[in-house]
Amino acid sequence: MNILGIESSSLVASVAIVTDQVLTAEYTVNFKKTHSQTLLPMLDEIVTMTGFELETIDAIAVSAGPGSFTGLRIGSATGKGLGLALDKPMISIPTVDAMAYNLYGCAAIVCPIMDARRDQVYTGIYENKDGFSIRKEACAMDINDLILELNQMGDTVIFLGDGVPVYKKQIEESMTVPFSFAPAHVNRQRAASVAALGSLYYEEGKLVTAAEHAPDYLRKPQAEREREEQEAKGNVHNS
Amino acid sequence: MEMKKNHTEEDVYILAIESSCDETAAAVVKNGREVLSNVISSQIALHTLYGGVVPEIASRKHIEKINQVIEAALLEAGMSLKDMDAIGVTYGPGLVGALLVGVAEAKALAYGAKKPLVGVHHIEGHISANFIEHPDLLPPFLCLIVSGGHTHLVIVKDYGEFEILGRTRDDAAGEAFDKVARAVGLGYPGGPKIDKAAKEGNPNAIKFPRAKVDGNIYDFSFSGLKSAVLNHINHANMMGEEIHVPDLTASFQNAVVDVLVSHTIEAAKEHGFQKIAIAGGVASNSALREEMKKACNKAGFTFYYPSPIYCTDNAAMIGAAAYYEYINGARAGLDLNAIPNLKLGER
Repeated sequence: MNILGIESSSLVASVAIVTDQVLTAEYTVNFKKTHSQTLLPMLDEIVTMTGFELETIDAIAVSAGPGSFTGLRIGSATGKGLGLALDKPMISIPTVDAMAYNLYGCAAIVCPIMDARRDQVYTGIYENKDGFSIRKEACAMDINDLILELNQMGDTVIFLGDGVPVYKKQIEESMTVPFSFAPAHVNRQRAASVAALGSLYYEEGKLVTAAEHAPDYLRKPQAEREREEQEAKGNVHNS
Repeated sequence: MEMKKNHTEEDVYILAIESSCDETAAAVVKNGREVLSNVISSQIALHTLYGGVVPEIASRKHIEKINQVIEAALLEAGMSLKDMDAIGVTYGPGLVGALLVGVAEAKALAYGAKKPLVGVHHIEGHISANFIEHPDLLPPFLCLIVSGGHTHLVIVKDYGEFEILGRTRDDAAGEAFDKVARAVGLGYPGGPKIDKAAKEGNPNAIKFPRAKVDGNIYDFSFSGLKSAVLNHINHANMMGEEIHVPDLTASFQNAVVDVLVSHTIEAAKEHGFQKIAIAGGVASNSALREEMKKACNKAGFTFYYPSPIYCTDNAAMIGAAAYYEYINGARAGLDLNAIPNLKLGER
């Protein structure tokens, strides 16, 4: 079984091919260059280098959000285009699930945090000790509320993600349970984890068609939120 | 992009994709002039709630619809991706988030299906819309492109080769239509609503200014006209006078059309063109079509204009433009990026 993984939800651009529980190739770049320019050339690089036949992929797993709206759409459209061209199904992987999967098997609670600005993080809470299980599903929340919730759980926590450098001080000041930060090789998004988790979901039949697949932003567009707030106040504009 | 001349004896089929603003569109075009399918998923109803296009909402709709739209275009043409010779996609100008959906999709499609990819300039697409229904139209000719985002007067020297004679210094013509429509409560999109309202009005009821622009005589300016209309409305409101919407819109439209037509005719005379084409969303405005037709008849010029379906943003026009780029050897790489402010003729 061949699963192609695509990850472009943040600054990281990453593509990977997982074949029968083994990572065949992964290309990850964490650099300020638009995913539009990097993602497909990176895929081409690993495909060419390994002589991989794209037609032999069984499904395309895409990190489907939360994350940068534009970044998510580039990964999503890349997956949808490939899915349509190759007539293959897709697997939508919540970004924070795949990040937590980086730390499969560790005893501590895993908490990916992505900076969502305005004191908010995209996060989830995961227990990886005996397999992979989700304690709190992917969501957007206030960093202080998250810290409170983790303190209440009482278990040791490992943080990872681009939210760590942003909220490190708050975490260090407010965490009352033991915690640590994941090291460089596993503390950002990786397409290998997207593809590995994708393999799992593939076997569970969690597939969508390329046409059905769309990012799950976890946040409405600003204009829509503002309109709803206006409507809630009774100021309905229909111009 | 490498340049190599392709043989043109055989038919060339292009799958074209367009997502630069608020229409998700795909089309199959044969030999640049024959449209086998032209599918458009419009988001207008969605953006009407906001009085204009909301970029993030547009981008979200594009990603939701794009595969269905492409599949529908292939199905309607009775062809599969394998039958295509190339894939063409709009990569600018436009809303960057919206463009990126089409660009990323098209690149992955081309890569997965092992097809050449051609990047298309949106305005070149609008100009090329004229090739679809006019087999006799060959460059060189003069083309006026007017839409919500663009106002350009262009010499089409050859396929893919342009000289810009004039452009707007401020608002695009379509933008002025939208703003005036909003001011008189007609709503979004302004173009068709003003066109309709103006049919009942007197175009000479109110004398609005025709902007003269310093420097380039073929440049346009619509912000002064827009302000004059808004001032007129404010003044009437202050005096407690009721605004006669048909007269106001007809007079405003007349001022816009007057400038568009006179610039185009003067430029054609000066540069010795007998063929004049119009393109873009505002090219479906009935007053512009009528006045341009009259002026062309009077001057002895041949006037070309696309059907309304090819004036609005669509992918058939992108397929037409992509064909000529393709046979000229233009190929885009896997690193093709969306360029929101791409200049016409730039590669």
